[in-house]
Amino acid sequence: MTVFKNYIKSLFLLELLKGLRLTGRYFFAKKFTVQYPEERAPMSPRFRGLHAQRRYDNGEERCIACKLCEATCPALAITIDVEAREDGSRRTSRYDIDLFKCIFCGFCQESCPVDAIVETRVYEYAFEKRGENIMTKDKLLAVGDEHESQISADIAAQAKYR
Amino acid sequence: MPEIRNYTLNFGPQHPAAHGVLRLVLEMDGEVIVRSDPHIGLLHRATEKLAETKPYNQCLPYMDRLDYVSMMCNEHAYSLAVEKLLGIEAPVRAQYIRTMFDEITRILNHLMWIGTHALDVGAMTMFLYAFREREDLMDCYEAVSGARLHAAYYRPGGVYRDLPDVMPRVENNRFRSAAEVDRLNSNRGGSLLDFIEDFTQRFPTYVDEYETLLTDNRIWKQRTVGIAEVTAERAMALGFTGPMLRGSGVEWDLRKKQPYAAYDKVDFDIPVGVNGDCYDRYLVRMEEMRQSNRIICQCVTWLRENSGPVMIDNHKFAAPSRKAMKEEMEGLIHHFKFFSEGYCTPPGEVYAAVEAPKGEFGVYAVSDGANKPYRLKLRAPGFAHIAAMDEMTKGHMLADVVAVIGTMDVVFGEIDR
Repeated sequence: MTVFKNYIKSLFLLELLKGLRLTGRYFFAKKFTVQYPEERAPMSPRFRGLHAQRRYDNGEERCIACKLCEATCPALAITIDVEAREDGSRRTSRYDIDLFKCIFCGFCQESCPVDAIVETRVYEYAFEKRGENIMTKDKLLAVGDEHESQISADIAAQAKYR
Repeated sequence: MPEIRNYTLNFGPQHPAAHGVLRLVLEMDGEVIVRSDPHIGLLHRATEKLAETKPYNQCLPYMDRLDYVSMMCNEHAYSLAVEKLLGIEAPVRAQYIRTMFDEITRILNHLMWIGTHALDVGAMTMFLYAFREREDLMDCYEAVSGARLHAAYYRPGGVYRDLPDVMPRVENNRFRSAAEVDRLNSNRGGSLLDFIEDFTQRFPTYVDEYETLLTDNRIWKQRTVGIAEVTAERAMALGFTGPMLRGSGVEWDLRKKQPYAAYDKVDFDIPVGVNGDCYDRYLVRMEEMRQSNRIICQCVTWLRENSGPVMIDNHKFAAPSRKAMKEEMEGLIHHFKFFSEGYCTPPGEVYAAVEAPKGEFGVYAVSDGANKPYRLKLRAPGFAHIAAMDEMTKGHMLADVVAVIGTMDVVFGEIDR
């Protein structure tokens, strides 16, 4: 009996038709494709994208050149030089992140005691020339200035977990 | 008549079915494989050597990049090894979170495997369907860790942060009506646990769909039944682990045999195959996805009912909270000490293994008492599997090599390390 049943099943391509029915159903179902550049997938406030340096409300840069991010960076992507500014405060004279080396683990923002270096939600960036992969201090501060409202909102949202 | 000699065929490393950078040197007799010789090392990044130059806590993100489709399982093995060296244990809640995300990782990995395996064998649809479900799980990854792939979420001593109470939501845009955005957000209203629970309720139906497309399909069966049969004895002798071993009928699963995390507190079964061919290994992995789903359900229930710390309280081995760091002298000192020097482990050697989706992923660490390992050896399951390439493909046709690569679930990140 089972042999006969299998023969019938095989002859009439039943399993193929079943599969075809399934794919046919999806053919007419609602599409779940995200129309990317215009439409974005939801993004977590924990997202670790492009780096940024932040400022205090009075415009003073947060980074105090403690070099903890440099020490903890697994990929050795951060280079910091320190000098005393004219007013005598300790600041970085150079703060470079090599994005070719960076592995986006987020340890720099975890380690930063003054929340100066953060990883933002920015993930759309490209390099056209050699050397653009180095995020200098100016570039980092510019990213920070541009996205400060989003960055501070994300940090506030995550404060209770950290 | 001239004698027809065997000829050598280079398969990969740029062949799309070679799953990354596998290079096979095949000796062919017509279309039959006489000998196959896998060449590895094209993705060698010296992770083991690199680990010797980094403090224990800094090496963790590199573990994600070994088997880059089952990230958190690698982190788990590494964290377990360091915890064993230090003699510490993660809090219970962290254990459950780890269990849950290990299983999410298993589903992620098996979805990737079924997608690519079926694509290689000729079923395009599976790939698209599997990636649809992966998207949901990637969202879970992103919600907890901030990265869709390289999470760096498990840490020696627990997990980095607790599960979030809110899920990110889809925003209004001109491509979707408000009603449609609401529909997309319907399972994103609550916490991450609600989102995962919703997924676990939908997932068995999806697995049924995969099975409708493949299990009885004559083309799928022709390509997999009786291909690369491995007996239980040979599988053990070759050092197989995971679904490759269970497909041959050996009931061996580290989650049951030497439970870690919360696996001794959850209920699940180990599926085993009978014939040890590609088709049985396919069935085993399909059933594993269902079992993983079961484990995730149980973890979600437990995590809902129990709260608690997710990281050990010992600030020698885990950074203090931001609040403690900013307000207390002790906290700041611990913070700086942890992120600059790390911590020293007592001298000794440990081996910690987890049941990664591909098999036993082990970390063997030797410590000389410094803050970085003296030697770190990674036991990658795929390495033993690919070594059996010759035995598994011998006597089969050229097209079957693709099915065998698929069934091995090779990922070169872990094989080449």
